Amino acid sequence: MDKTINQKAWFLVLPVFLVVAFSAVIPLMTVVNYSMQDTFGNNQFFWNGVGWFKELLDPSTDLGGRFLASLGRNLFFSLVILAIEVPLGIVIALSMPREGWTVAACLVILALPLLIPWNVVGTIWQIFGRPDIGLLGYTLNSLGINYNYVSNEIDAWVTVIVMDVWHWTSLVALLCYAGLKSIPDAYYQAAQIDGASRWAVFTAIQLPKMNRVLLIAVLLRFMDSFMIYTEPFVVTGGGPGNSTTFVSIELVKIALGQFDLGKAAALSLVYNLIILIVCWVFYTVMTNAGVERKTQAEKEPAAELKPAGALQPAHALQPKEGVA
Amino acid sequence: MHSIPGRRVIMALFLIFLLLPIYWLVNMSFKTNSEIVSTMTLWPHTPTLQHYKRIFTDESWYSGYINSLEYVVLNTIISITVALPAAYAFSRYRFLGDKHLFFWLLSNRMAPAAVYALPFFNLYSAIGLFDTPWAVALAHCIFNVPLAVWILEGFVSGVPREIDETAFLDGYSFPRFFVKILIPLIASGIGVAAFFCFMFSWVELLLARTLTSVQAKPIAAIMTRTVSAAGMDWGLLAAAGVLTIIPGALVIWFVRNYIARGFALGRV
Repeated sequence: MDKTINQKAWFLVLPVFLVVAFSAVIPLMTVVNYSMQDTFGNNQFFWNGVGWFKELLDPSTDLGGRFLASLGRNLFFSLVILAIEVPLGIVIALSMPREGWTVAACLVILALPLLIPWNVVGTIWQIFGRPDIGLLGYTLNSLGINYNYVSNEIDAWVTVIVMDVWHWTSLVALLCYAGLKSIPDAYYQAAQIDGASRWAVFTAIQLPKMNRVLLIAVLLRFMDSFMIYTEPFVVTGGGPGNSTTFVSIELVKIALGQFDLGKAAALSLVYNLIILIVCWVFYTVMTNAGVERKTQAEKEPAAELKPAGALQPAHALQPKEGVA
Repeated sequence: MHSIPGRRVIMALFLIFLLLPIYWLVNMSFKTNSEIVSTMTLWPHTPTLQHYKRIFTDESWYSGYINSLEYVVLNTIISITVALPAAYAFSRYRFLGDKHLFFWLLSNRMAPAAVYALPFFNLYSAIGLFDTPWAVALAHCIFNVPLAVWILEGFVSGVPREIDETAFLDGYSFPRFFVKILIPLIASGIGVAAFFCFMFSWVELLLARTLTSVQAKPIAAIMTRTVSAAGMDWGLLAAAGVLTIIPGALVIWFVRNYIARGFALGRV
């Protein structure tokens, strides 16, 4: 199934190109434009060259200090999230029931947090964690633990992290489950004959087979936690103080709160550059995975209908239900 | 055999962890405000529907849902329409710059919404779309169109190429082949892609809030306004939250096997 070279295919891609270019290129051009200028309101702009960028990367200035501090907090947050969610996700995937209606029930409940609007996720945890009306806050406080995410920095961090674990661990679990499902039974039978221990099965069969989905899971979780905005904003508003102000929150503060266009634009560009680099890694991983998928498909033609790791062949979902 | 000791306990504990906060929200939405503030009750002792009634009768509340649905549906239609031909092109042909285009789409999918909030605000104000559902629908295309392209590309690749060739030999023109043969074949894929476009547009708040002020204010923004107001109406907030969860909860059963795929951009 080699693809044929056909430049006319550009006509088919053109609508996508135009729509995305309209939403991406024009705004990005304005950002680049603003990042070089300063304004004192009244739409009067002054050339500022790379001044904002210099300030941004210099921790002694106000802007640079705020940016680097929020960047540090954000990276720390992402690392903690990954350290908790990836192992937990693997454990949950391994704990999935084998068959029967419980599989579907577990899948549905696991997927539920993923489909809740992000600000409602924030609202849920805001209500759940409050010491006066929330089950969690109330229980902790009556157990003698002084917990208040509004005034205590550590409590705020714990709340934001637990919230993210609640929100996104399912994604890691579902991805790992998809990876596990694609392991043929023959592997397990061979392991059984060899008398392999559970741990050996995990490290020698399951983990290598989950490699690819795990990489995708790690990258997705890194990206999403790196640009997190809504959930912590609703719960803590970036506080207490600045303790949970992540890069996106800082950026929105500067851009829409203070209307400091130049500073915000410079920050946006640096932020975008970081994302772009991670994206490139992601893309390389995905393309390699695609190549792997193709070579696999060539080996066993029957597998061609099912993209590797898909939970079910496409026809399992009836069109009518799909549209619902 | 892909399981570990104590799996039932682990699974049960995790599911309880997932459901408890949601239960608390639902519980709260059926309580009266005096019960919420004065006592700690595990279930509503005097269940009431007053919060839901208020949302369905007060226009400033229910119009939020209508506004949200408006831009979400618009966005889903735009995304799927433009993504379908592109998905076919990516699946069947190689052309100049295809890989770069693919990467460019990905980088837009991953771009932080915060970066685009301000330029979008300027752009849509300049062309007079600010505070209309169109502004939000077009803005959400930046992440939904790439997503739709990927999911659909996976499904189109599942259709054997022989079908295209046979159809063209039978004298089908390209548009006719597309509508009469390809779209019915990948109908379930279109359903899945539409679901994810709907979902990602529905859960997004930052852009939707920035691009609207009065006329097209989404429900998410109306909720945050209530949070910041003095004298918080917790019951109302909880009820509004429950209502935003419902669209996802309704269709979740039909897409349960595609969740991982949708979130991993069709690459699992």
